[in-house]
Amino acid sequence: MDHIEMPRDDIGAKLGMWVFIFTEILLFGGLFLVYAVMRHRYSADFHQASLQLNIFIGALNTVVLLISSMTVAMSVTAVQKKDNRKATILLCITLICAVIFLIDKYFEWGHKISMMLYPGTELMQSLKHGYILFFSLYFFMTGLHMLHLVIGAVILVIALTKIRMGLITDEHYVLLENGGLYWHLVDLIWIFLFPLLYLVT
Amino acid sequence: MNSEVQHITEYSLYGKVLVGLLVLTTFTILIPWLDLTAFTALIALVLASTKAGIVMTYFMHLKMEYILLKILVIMVLAIYISVILLTFSDYIFR
Repeated sequence: MDHIEMPRDDIGAKLGMWVFIFTEILLFGGLFLVYAVMRHRYSADFHQASLQLNIFIGALNTVVLLISSMTVAMSVTAVQKKDNRKATILLCITLICAVIFLIDKYFEWGHKISMMLYPGTELMQSLKHGYILFFSLYFFMTGLHMLHLVIGAVILVIALTKIRMGLITDEHYVLLENGGLYWHLVDLIWIFLFPLLYLVT
Repeated sequence: MNSEVQHITEYSLYGKVLVGLLVLTTFTILIPWLDLTAFTALIALVLASTKAGIVMTYFMHLKMEYILLKILVIMVLAIYISVILLTFSDYIFR
């Protein structure tokens, strides 16, 4: 049976992803706003509390995500140029970067959790109010960001599979583009999270 | 509408953008050591916004997109910044 070409709307598909990205911007934006107000109110406590965070790992994560953003953007170019091999390699690098980020986060969170420094412990409840706020915001915002990162990675795995199966081609690659857009959003959020949480003075 | 004009961005452009972003990241990390107190947060935000702008323009392909999309992005950012300004203009005077 001949393959029937369903009507497609790639421009609509991409616009839909952008509208979703707008909602995500407002979601994280709201969290940043809460952070901004609380930081203004408890600036000394926030500064003290942020000293607990490891700037090196935070910076490493920033670099890793920036590189992954570049490779996923490059993978779109590769597909456009019919270079599936390069697209596969680039997407694999992106996914490796995602794993590196998650491993870093495992060490960061693991360290804090081993020190009983997470929401709900007796230690946390005994600390100053500003401290409690900082760590609640830290865990919630980086946790929500991590969730988005995992979702983005899953989407890119699906895109990679479809490239290997020949379902994403130089004439039909909007899924990869949208996955890339979502991944860039994950990067954007971290670009703001890093200085606001780790580099407080 | 399922075929648009293909804008194929060269790999090298993406490479240059990454270098620019890494330079800005380095500045972001070094800024606290300059000890500019109150201005540190402001400069950090300016740097982060610049990086975000670069990511949106080149990685997210906005530069090559149609004008409506660019307007929508600016509109959403304007809405968000308005919310920030409104919130702070209330909070600061409490």
